[in-house]
Amino acid sequence: MNWLRSLLLPAQGSAYASEYDTLFLFITLLSAFFFLLIAATAGWFVWRYRRAREQAPTSMVTQSLALELTWTLIPLAIVMGIFFWSLNQYVGASVAPGDAMEIQVTAKKWLWAFEYQNGTRTVNEVHIPVGKPVKFVMSSEDVIHSFFVPSMRLKQDVLPNRYTELWFTPTTTGMHTLLCAEYCGRSHSDMLGKIWVDDDATFQKWLEEGDESTRTMPLKELGKMLYESRGCSTCHSIDGTRGDGPSLRNVFAHDIKLADGKTVIADANYIRESILEPQAKIVLGYEPIMPTFQGLLREREILALIEFIRSLN
Amino acid sequence: MAEGTNYLTETRGLKSWLFTVDHKRIGVMYFWSIMTALFLGGVFAMLVRIELLTPRQTIMSAETYNRMFTLHGAVMVFLVLIPSIAATLGNFVLPLMLGAKDVAFPRLNLASYWIYVAGALFGLYSMIAGGIETGWTFYTPYSTSAGGGVTPMVLAAFILGFSSIFTGINFIATIHKLRAPGLTWFKMPLFVWGMYATSIIQVLATPILGITLILLLMERMFQIGIFDARLGGDPLLFQHFFWFYSHPVVYIMILPGMAIMSEVIPVFSRKTIFGYKAIAFSSIAIAVVGFFVWGHHMFVSGQSPLAGAIFSFLTFLVAIPSAIKVFNWLATMYKGSISLEAPMLYAISFLLLFAIGGLTGLFLGSIATDVHLHDTYFVVAHFHFVMFGGTVIAFLAGIHYWWPKMFGRMYSEKWARVSAVLVFVGFNLTFIPQFIMGSRGMPRRYYNYLPQFQPMHVASTIGSWVLGLGFLIMAGYLFASLRKPYDAPSNPWGGATLEWETASPPITHNFETTPAVTHGPYDYAALRSDA
Repeated sequence: MNWLRSLLLPAQGSAYASEYDTLFLFITLLSAFFFLLIAATAGWFVWRYRRAREQAPTSMVTQSLALELTWTLIPLAIVMGIFFWSLNQYVGASVAPGDAMEIQVTAKKWLWAFEYQNGTRTVNEVHIPVGKPVKFVMSSEDVIHSFFVPSMRLKQDVLPNRYTELWFTPTTTGMHTLLCAEYCGRSHSDMLGKIWVDDDATFQKWLEEGDESTRTMPLKELGKMLYESRGCSTCHSIDGTRGDGPSLRNVFAHDIKLADGKTVIADANYIRESILEPQAKIVLGYEPIMPTFQGLLREREILALIEFIRSLN
Repeated sequence: MAEGTNYLTETRGLKSWLFTVDHKRIGVMYFWSIMTALFLGGVFAMLVRIELLTPRQTIMSAETYNRMFTLHGAVMVFLVLIPSIAATLGNFVLPLMLGAKDVAFPRLNLASYWIYVAGALFGLYSMIAGGIETGWTFYTPYSTSAGGGVTPMVLAAFILGFSSIFTGINFIATIHKLRAPGLTWFKMPLFVWGMYATSIIQVLATPILGITLILLLMERMFQIGIFDARLGGDPLLFQHFFWFYSHPVVYIMILPGMAIMSEVIPVFSRKTIFGYKAIAFSSIAIAVVGFFVWGHHMFVSGQSPLAGAIFSFLTFLVAIPSAIKVFNWLATMYKGSISLEAPMLYAISFLLLFAIGGLTGLFLGSIATDVHLHDTYFVVAHFHFVMFGGTVIAFLAGIHYWWPKMFGRMYSEKWARVSAVLVFVGFNLTFIPQFIMGSRGMPRRYYNYLPQFQPMHVASTIGSWVLGLGFLIMAGYLFASLRKPYDAPSNPWGGATLEWETASPPITHNFETTPAVTHGPYDYAALRSDA
């Protein structure tokens, strides 16, 4: 059955995923059986009772209570079996253990922001320790999004007016893809994130000190990495094409026309302000839709982004 | 073979059509209108598939792509699937099957057609009024904050609802009051039972959609604070309202398809339908239980787990009547005398595709498995197997079955078979890869996608071309048949229902004299002894 599992389902990231796959494959085989039964019966009848001559007599049977009961009760019993199996699994996966590590998630067009209990904040990337239950407590700042981690077989909508939760215990280290599964507009399909499952020591080090690379990488390179990983590239191009936000090419130190008629020079302070308070100065011809990155970037990371934008001239 | 006049030739000129109260002409006008909408919706679908050939931009921007899939969904659901079988074949055939001269309220019938056209034009107007990119589901708060085209499209769906309600009222009254002498309820063809169940849902569920859409418009225009969280509203409430209509609407679409199956299979097997009452009552059971399963669209929405469990349970219950029908159709073929003309080819296609559609529903009704599959291509493939593999394929079976009656001509059987096979193969090639993509984690409504999914997207797009070719060939031989003189006999397939007792095409008043019901709707032995 392994070949079927790896054909139909993504890699397993938790014990729940493997339970899930068992139920999934059971329904698959059951469906395949009934499909073949229907197809073979239809095929056999079409061939066996094909019309040989116009006036061929046909059977006069019109009903059978025994048959009707058979094909009502057997499917009923089977679907009730699936119902209880599935419900049992669902209930087990619904309640997070009390000692689960909590991470706050804020979804907005079009990024995922994470906040740890110690105040560490990240965007579109989250690190968690292997083998420990993690609970994401989620809300949205605008429309409905949906937190979807295929390797965990879990998904939960994220709403603007309430908290929703999703938890799992990862069992394999490495990167797991996070996708937005509820349609949320133009860049819905770019609203992706990475969930890094680390061994405990690596995770603790990361939580205290941040990424090794963030501290040592040259500014320009770090800026480029952040531009791609923190959601900037969703709206701002670096080749001059127009997106939801202005392109970053040939911006630095150039005159910028604002929506209120003024003109400013895009110096380091202007770019810093645009990242932290995006609504303060709106570029002419664009909508004020950029979310603030206040608290989501370290000081060195802001410097790195400014350096990266400067390099695009 | 009609001598003299028939309903097509009795009066001439555009006005004689636009202001006709003849159910057959209204059915034919619906037919061409819905075929136009099907063509448009199909073009949108092909463009969506071409865009998905590559993981990044192929031929259109993200914004255009989002508008394309919204238009595809809205056009196919509101302009094609909901009215398709009931408004065209139902209008044309139902009074004939009952031995009636027309429907109970002929003017209301014409009004329902004009309302359909008005709604359709409003919907198309949304394309130039700023475009609509909310998806056909109009989820709040996205739809309350999105741009210009939402208002006309929502109004269009609201208007189209009345067309649907009028047709439903008309059919219910017609079935109750206009049956020919001797045509008791259990002598009615099962097509009529299917139409009856459909009409009940249309009349009971559609007003809910109307109310929901009006609330949505009021939220957009006056910010009344019912769905928008910023104004104190609840976005989940919209989903409840929306699916309270939009799940029953699935049965508005599929019950007429099942109704056609219950005609075509016995006729082409020359055998009395097996389990008449089981099929008739299962339609009613679907109509009733179908009202209480809407929450299965919302397992991951944030509704309570208890609600989810109850909806999952009821969803499994509603699956049973559909299974009963499939087994009864199979039993009908047992020891029959089966011929595989185009309508029967489509009926066999339906059996296979609908079986896949129904069985993959098990994954989605089951609450744990749905969590992973919800809003992925698995769901997309599932509902296309039901809506296309079920409703559209049954519609095609019905068109091929009643074409000689409607237009008095036979089409090329050879090309019809070629087309049926292409449609079947193309459809499977398009949607089977989507099941696999979906369970592997490909979300729906994605413009860009992870490169690992490209091979399956390419296969799916190629499938859509095969499917498109099948439809092109179909358009070709159907149009070609209309250029011939009348050559259809009154009863080309050997059917035993009343519509085959009048000429092809029928006269304006359907029957020379009110027909007497002397044998059952599937009594082919009686037909043989007559001949």
